[in-house]
Amino acid sequence: MGLTNERIRERLVEKFGESATGFSEPFGMLTFEVPKEMNLKLLQFLYDDPELKFRFLTDLQAVHYPDNKGRELAVVYHLHNLTDNVRIRFKIFTDIENPDVFTATRLYECANWMERETYDFFGVNFVGHPNLKRILNVEEMDYFPMRKEYPMEDQTRIDKDDEMFGRGGTI
Amino acid sequence: MARPVRFNISPKPRDNEGHISLVDAPPEGFSGEGFFTTKLSEVVGLARKNSMWPLPFATSCCGIEFMATMGAHYDFGRFGAERMGFSPRQCDMLMVMGTIAKKMGPVLRQVYIQMSEPRWVIAVGACASSGGIFDSYSVLQGIDQIIPVDVYVPGCPPRPEAILDGVMAVQDLVGKESIRRRNSERYQQLMLSYGIQ
Repeated sequence: MGLTNERIRERLVEKFGESATGFSEPFGMLTFEVPKEMNLKLLQFLYDDPELKFRFLTDLQAVHYPDNKGRELAVVYHLHNLTDNVRIRFKIFTDIENPDVFTATRLYECANWMERETYDFFGVNFVGHPNLKRILNVEEMDYFPMRKEYPMEDQTRIDKDDEMFGRGGTI
Repeated sequence: MARPVRFNISPKPRDNEGHISLVDAPPEGFSGEGFFTTKLSEVVGLARKNSMWPLPFATSCCGIEFMATMGAHYDFGRFGAERMGFSPRQCDMLMVMGTIAKKMGPVLRQVYIQMSEPRWVIAVGACASSGGIFDSYSVLQGIDQIIPVDVYVPGCPPRPEAILDGVMAVQDLVGKESIRRRNSERYQQLMLSYGIQ
């Protein structure tokens, strides 16, 4: 048996002490949280460490927790150790008023588009990203659609033809 | 309970009176021995409607239904539209099948502009016609917001019969269209209202 979750946790606590918190194992996948300033240090450590070898960034995205004051936006990193076939996940939380997070593009090229997508939908500002602009939505869009700030049906929209949906309106 | 095998032993008499129109009656005109005269617009209409070149713009499940429509069972080719043209410059019938995201809007518009006149557009399915279930920030609420549409085919997705019905409706429009329509003031106004020269 190769790398176990207990061993990864041991190594992390050894290196980062109290900074890594909130360890849990939903569905057997080690999950924890670090302060947002430490995301690059942690990624670099997980990459370089000869035992951990998390050298594949599976996914990177954000979650919006509107009730979590001061830490509304969570950025989630999924990493994969291809040698031992072990996956881990860690989260950083940031204030929605100041959503600056260091970019992982220097370490993982594939983070480029993932961070653009995260910026596109949640407005996370990845400091140091080479080309941080919208990737999936139209460039004229002036809001971040996946934030939980909008009603299910936006009454101010004018591009919807109400007559097609049997709720009045004019053509 | 008896199974309905009677069709095998006693064939049902054919009943296609008024159900199938095989060939349109020739347009009105004078005919004599070895000649036939009629209006040029009728001849042009007859020629155009029976040799449509469709350009499929399929983005989702309506496109799958269209594939069935093209297949042997429903046989789109019966209507004189055997060959799909995958270049807008060759085609005269744009078939938009599927959800058009706002980001794809300019692409669709460009494809429409690249087609040469005369050109017709069918919006197949709920999404192309009105946005469908996607009452969403990212989906265009009907392609008629960016290009003019001649025929809407309802359904989610429409069955191949419905698509064929829509194509036949376009053929009807094509056959009856005045050859001067595209030069008319009204048509120019329509194009200008979409910002297309």
